[in-house]
This record gives sequence, C-alpha cells and structure tokens, in this order.
Amino acid sequence: MIDLPLTIKETQEGLMNKKFSAVELVDSYLARINKYNKDLNIFLTVTEEEAYKKAKWADKILSNYPLLGVTVAHKDLFLTKGVRTTAGSKVLESYVPTYSATIVDRLEKAGAIMIGKTNCDAWAHGSSGENSDFGATKNPWNKNYVAGGSSSGSAAALSANMALISTGTDTCGSIRVPANFNYLVSLKPTYGVISRYGVIAMASSLDCVGPLGHSVDDVKQIFDVIKGKDGFDSTVIEKTNGEKPNSKLKIGIAKEFFGEGLDKAINVFKKLGIEIKEVNMPTTKYAISVYYIIQPAEVSSNLARFDGIRYGSTRQNFGDEAKRRIMLGSYVLSSGYYDAYYLKAMKVRTKIKEEVDDVFSQVDALIAPVSPTPPFKIGEKTKDPLKMYLTDIFAATANLTGIPSLALPFGFTKDNLPLGFQLMGPRFSEETLFSLGKMFEKETGYKPKIANI
Amino acid sequence: MGNLSKDDVLHVAKLSKLTLTPKEITKFQVQLSKVVDYIGNLSEVDTSNCQPTSQTTGLENVFRPDEVKISNLTHDDYFVIYKILNKEK
Repeated sequence: MIDLPLTIKETQEGLMNKKFSAVELVDSYLARINKYNKDLNIFLTVTEEEAYKKAKWADKILSNYPLLGVTVAHKDLFLTKGVRTTAGSKVLESYVPTYSATIVDRLEKAGAIMIGKTNCDAWAHGSSGENSDFGATKNPWNKNYVAGGSSSGSAAALSANMALISTGTDTCGSIRVPANFNYLVSLKPTYGVISRYGVIAMASSLDCVGPLGHSVDDVKQIFDVIKGKDGFDSTVIEKTNGEKPNSKLKIGIAKEFFGEGLDKAINVFKKLGIEIKEVNMPTTKYAISVYYIIQPAEVSSNLARFDGIRYGSTRQNFGDEAKRRIMLGSYVLSSGYYDAYYLKAMKVRTKIKEEVDDVFSQVDALIAPVSPTPPFKIGEKTKDPLKMYLTDIFAATANLTGIPSLALPFGFTKDNLPLGFQLMGPRFSEETLFSLGKMFEKETGYKPKIANI
Repeated sequence: MGNLSKDDVLHVAKLSKLTLTPKEITKFQVQLSKVVDYIGNLSEVDTSNCQPTSQTTGLENVFRPDEVKISNLTHDDYFVIYKILNKEK
C-alpha cells in the first residue's frame, strides 16, 4: 500500500512522476474502506468496479502522453503537414508538405506541443548554421558567435529558452556540434534506430535523427518516444544492447580524439571508479576525408530530385554550399575518378569500421571532444569551405560507422562560451551511454543553464 | 590529383545540372581544388584487403508481408476506398 497524498497537487504530481499509479491509489483507498467501513459506517455504496475502470483509464492517458505539454521545436528538415518546410533553402521557400515525418507524428501523439520550425544550414550542409539561405542563427550565449550547425536553430531555441526540447539531424555532427555550442545534451543515435520517414534526405547512409534537451533524462525520454519501426523506413532496426552494470564499465581514450577540457571530464569518470583505457585508432584521422567523399556523392543523388518540376523552384536557387557539394559528389562519382575517390572512400570506411569494432571489444565507450574548437565567430570560416569542413573532424567517425554518440555539456571557456564532450558507444548501446551520462551529471552536480539574452 | 581545371568545373556542373556564372566558376575552381586535394590523402591508406562499406545496419532485403487487404466496406453496392483527394482549407 502507498502513502496516500492529502492534496490534489500532491496526487497529480505523484501520478506524473510515476511515484504511484492511479490503480495503486484506488487500491489504497479501497483497502482502508474495506478495513474500517464496517466499524465507522461511512459509505453506503462502494463503487469498486467503476473506480478501477477510471483509474486504468487515467493510467493509460498518462502513459500515452509521456510528453504532455512539452514544447518542441523541429528542425526545418522535418516535414510537418500543412506547415511550411524549407530545409533552410530558398528552393523550398514555399513548400508545404502534405504529411508529417514519423517523429513529428510520434511527438505530437505523445502530447508534445510544436512551437515552430527552426533555422538550419540549407539542406543540413554545414557546421555553423551560416549556410542557411535565411541567414545565420546567432548563438544566444554570445551573438557574435555561431550557434553550430547544421541544427543551429534547434539548439539555439533551447539555450534561448524558446522551447523545452527540439529535434535535429546528424549526418556528421549536426546535432552534437550545435548542442555543444549551446550547453545542451543531445544524442546522435545508432544508425537505423529512428525512422527517417518524412525527413529531407542529405546523405542516406549517414543521416540520423535525434533529440536535443537540457538533461540526459529528457533526451532519453524523447528517444524512447521517437525510436522504433514505423513501416516506412526499411533501415529501421529495433535492437538494444541493454544497460551494462556500472561497476564494470570501461571508457577508452584515443590520442586521435583529444581536445581542450577533455582531461577534466576523464577525471570525473575516474572518480566514479570507471576504468580508463588508452586505445589506438590510427585510421580515424581519415574519417573526415571519407566523409567528404561519401556524403557529397549521396548529396548529389538526393538533391537531384529538386529539379523545379516536382518540388520547389529551379536549381538556380541552390546556395553556394549545396552547389559545391553537388559538384563534389558528381566529381567523385564521375568516370575516371570513381575508383580513386568513391570506391576508395568506401573501402577506408570498412577499415575505420573494423577499427571501431575492435576498440569496442575492449571498452564500452569512447570519450572524445565534439568539435576541435569552442564556438567560433560568425564569418570566421565562411570563406574557406575546407576549414569549415574540418569542424566536424571528431564527429565523422560515429556517422561513418553507424555508432551512437551522446554529447554532454561541461563547463565554459573564459569568454563564457559552452564546452562539452561526446561519449561514443558500440551500435545499439544507447542505454549504456545514458547511464554513463546520468552518472556524470550526478557526480558534477549538473544543472541546466540557459543563455542570458 | 587535386587541381581542377576550369573545364573540370564546367564538366561537373553539367553533370550536376547546374549553370554557373563566370565568377562562380573561378570561385568553385579554387574551393573544390582545395577540398579534392585534401581528400586525396586517402591514397595513403592501404585498402588492398578491404571490401567497400555502403551501409552499417547489415540489413538485407527488408520486406513486409505482401498481404492483400480486402475492403469489406460497401456503400450502395460500391466499394468504399480511402479518400485520396482533400479539399484544401
């Protein structure tokens, strides 16, 4: 029997927090009635059957709406029925979809409230948000700095406190980098655990959908709502490795993945009694090159459908970055270059995948920076596309190998710009990453923070 | 490898169904050359024993059961099917 609450507020909070269920409440009240009513003579009729019916209904309502009242901002790459969806590009400036993406539907059904569609690099091509045809998103922590990309608006919406949670896509860091630049928790899931139905495709063998939020718990809760088969995306797999017991966890560090502030995060895990092991991943330094062959190749194919006849306006409306990637893709796929670039990249991808699989036979997670630098100034890298591409140097490995990565905020630069790191794990190890993330939050006394604007 | 000529840029633009202005040709020639030069570092990697990877799920031939769904609904001796055209608001 539960301790019965004495106010409506306490009752409803208990129900929402799953401290007790409505059925358990009824159990407890009925137990008291059955025990004492004979003596006290209070009830003339006890409606036990009706009470249980209503209690079960209440429990069902609560479990069916796990995100009741939660405001969500969607990256403008997710189709939203009847609501303009631009992919951040002028090509789709006036495109209104006739259906919603699976994850948009699922969040809707879970009771979340869509509050708007967020700015992003056009077609999700970018690491800073500056490639949006609608102008760069500014970082709420400091307006002279980029918000990170490509899910720039999705991250900035949370750090500016304009929504509670948001959705993004990660083809090479596009969730993790902006989340990191805005002091947020985010997940790039295992390739294939979340449906991409209704998501404007960038590079299909790499694209992943994922949540952004203010805590590991929130990100996990959204993940649980949006994951799983929908029958519309044949790459979806329903699989999980489950949670590993904390006492036996090992985290790997590789010299190929090192950056400012990472040692402090490693120390936190050491304090938690987690074994830190050095690992070797020499081929991962080629990940960004592999990525900048495979991704443009797939982009050139996916953006071929925007011919001005079926959707949106003509190809003249593509911005510079889309043009560059389409041309680069055509180049690496074209006769005479296919073997040297595209085929070669697919082979190096195999090598990286084998290296990563080997590392995860030794450790449960890999700690790494999200980006080689903290947020940078708007305009700092726009003239040199290659320099911009290298922003994602630590992100590429997870996408090429299909492994999940949980990005966590941790500390600030002396200029008060957010810092953080990522924890990568073997495919389907989300639960282990969440438990590591929660341990980290607890140990460091993590509290969500929003920018002062 | 590495340097794209003006003709290379025009060739890939044609393959990509993109029309470029003379200014764009010069700009993209420089930028694309730089990227192509960088990604050329893959030639350092020995891949003689590697099969190419095109996806990471390991899934093959994903099918759903091919079931015919028969509409039992009739209205005035006609079959009832789902509405496919919607009146716009």
